[in-house]
Amino acid sequence: MRIEIIDPDRCVGCEICMLACVRRQGFGGLAKAKIAVHSSGGMEKGFTVLVCRACFDPPCAAVCPTNALEVRKDGGVNLISEKCIGCKNCVEACTVNSIFWDSETNKPNICIYCGFCAMNCPHHVLYFNKEWGKKDV
Amino acid sequence: MFEDKFTRVLYIDLSKKSFTIRSRRDLFERWLGGTGVGIQLLKEECPQGTDPLSPDNTIIFSVGPLTSLYPLASKTIAIFKSPLTGNLGESHAGGRSAVSIMMAGYGAIVIKGKSDIPVYLSIFDNEVRFHDARAIWGIKDAITVGKIIRQRETFSGQRSIMRIGRAGENLVRFASLNTETYRHFGRLGLGAVFGSKNLKAVVIAGKRTINLADPKAYIRVYKKLLDETTSNLMEKYHDLGTAVNVLPLHEIGGLPIENLNKTSYDGAKELSGENLAQNYLGRRIACTGCPVACVHIATFRDPHEEEKYFYKTSMIGYDYEPIYSLGTMLGIKEAKGFLKLMDKTEKLGLDAMSAGVALAWATEMLNKNIISEKETLIKFSFGDWEKYLDGLENIVSMPNDFYKALARGTNYASEIYGGKDFALNFGKNEMPGYHTGPATHLGWFLGARHSHLDNAGYSMDQNLKGNYPAPEKLVDNLIEEESNRQILSSLVVCFFARAIYLNFDNTINCLKTIGIDLTKEELKELGREIYRQKMSYKTQEGWLPSYLDLPKRIFETPAPFGKISEEYMKKAIEHFRTRLEQNFR
Repeated sequence: MRIEIIDPDRCVGCEICMLACVRRQGFGGLAKAKIAVHSSGGMEKGFTVLVCRACFDPPCAAVCPTNALEVRKDGGVNLISEKCIGCKNCVEACTVNSIFWDSETNKPNICIYCGFCAMNCPHHVLYFNKEWGKKDV
Repeated sequence: MFEDKFTRVLYIDLSKKSFTIRSRRDLFERWLGGTGVGIQLLKEECPQGTDPLSPDNTIIFSVGPLTSLYPLASKTIAIFKSPLTGNLGESHAGGRSAVSIMMAGYGAIVIKGKSDIPVYLSIFDNEVRFHDARAIWGIKDAITVGKIIRQRETFSGQRSIMRIGRAGENLVRFASLNTETYRHFGRLGLGAVFGSKNLKAVVIAGKRTINLADPKAYIRVYKKLLDETTSNLMEKYHDLGTAVNVLPLHEIGGLPIENLNKTSYDGAKELSGENLAQNYLGRRIACTGCPVACVHIATFRDPHEEEKYFYKTSMIGYDYEPIYSLGTMLGIKEAKGFLKLMDKTEKLGLDAMSAGVALAWATEMLNKNIISEKETLIKFSFGDWEKYLDGLENIVSMPNDFYKALARGTNYASEIYGGKDFALNFGKNEMPGYHTGPATHLGWFLGARHSHLDNAGYSMDQNLKGNYPAPEKLVDNLIEEESNRQILSSLVVCFFARAIYLNFDNTINCLKTIGIDLTKEELKELGREIYRQKMSYKTQEGWLPSYLDLPKRIFETPAPFGKISEEYMKKAIEHFRTRLEQNFR
């Protein structure tokens, strides 16, 4: 499973995906968002959407000193929160800048591929690929 | 239960370059947020009779308990004393401003005093910084100012940057405050108040968590509202944006053209939302938290004046009201001309509506030989957009006494030079783009901020289709609508979502998920009380609407359902004054 950005040019910058992600976790606000939308040098230039690519050989896990990021067989990582010491190595290591920092808990925001952001996107920018990482695909 | 951080008010003193954060639970619990809290803060902070351009004037930005939590809860309310009207200033804008203020951890921000040098402010969480803005004061183009600040500050791509242009620096009384390039606190001169305080810009951002009283219900209620906002209820704003209004208004004869000398011309099709979408629409964007994306941006390619094979491509935002004021009101018949005027207005940091109406009045003054080119310096002629480009520049640079007067508004200029009968201002604010009948003109003449959005009289006109009730009843209806809208602007939600949030069950359910229990009657009474609070401020500052202040032009040019009756308007205003004396004194 993973979230795919199928048409970034349709993104209007509403951040409804970010708010959906946090809502799914039972909160409001933006600190816990595991997806990010930002303008690329002013609103007129359009938007960039950042979300975990569910790597099979994830650099974030490779640099974690406490094995708090457990590699998933179907791609991506699980965060074992109690092991995480908040060093931010994973943020630095992520080539696509898709690990975001929750400064309130001092832990990374790691996507769990629930697809709720894609379900909420009003403009079909995101696609929830349920087949990603399955053995027979 | 109101959240702790939301009930915080950030007080900034520009004179002392200091700030304090105070919990104002009392204010938010009583007045919800937005307009409701804003008007109270204005009453607390801005003494009676304050000169709007003096350090004592107070700028208040406020958001509401629904901000960032629900669809279209995306607006910030600005409250201040208006340098254009000398009375209540209230202006709303979206972009990222509201969510940024909420995420920085404030329900309201109060800015007072005056800096000795130009500054801009950055507000990130508990940190407020004063930055030297001397080098960016006077930059020709307000869009460049945004670019410079973008490079200097953090929270790249996810912050709100509110800034003024030269119009604000030069204290043009209808200068706007721009946010995120395409949204504006446009009306009533907030830009000039910024300028008078030597405040060039405010950058604000934050990231935090809002804890909810009932997270499960939140997910359920949110889904219902998101479904409603993406349904056909909002289609109008979704497809063509607000520009969708041009052709229907032209068709019924309610579109003001050439200083409201007429309501029909052959330029309407060219300036229509349909034509702009077909030939120019380059991108649509949204305010944070809004799925609608009503912000329509034209891509405009313009060859370089002197050099072959050099092109400049600009992204220019457009909406119905600027199409009216900078387009139809000036008799512009080419989309290109309108877009160039729009672009110039953005760069200068003017309110598009007031600027267009002011130039339309100046043109008619010239046509009637009441003034000459000695005053205007330019031979304005309806439809000649190139002349109006220079006119906009002159409003900001004020090369002579005429432009100095015009920069104080159409009302002020007409008091000096004449032409009051066709100086289309109401309560000293320039007219919006509807000549639909008595309700629209009464609406903004009697409304607290002299805006078409105060009470949507234009919509009442179109629904009544000429079958008007007694004038007293019409005024009562306008007041009721305006009172209801105080609920929306205190929650704070966009007025485009009024059908959704004035379905009170929705609002009650939203508030429940964050632990606030209010009944429909309590909400309605709160709306009425906030309206009274605003009216009491207005009367305190000397406002009393007089029939004599109506520009006679509105009686001369027929509205869609016939000429507007002077007698009807007179009776309506008398009734309003009686109610004002009974209730709001």
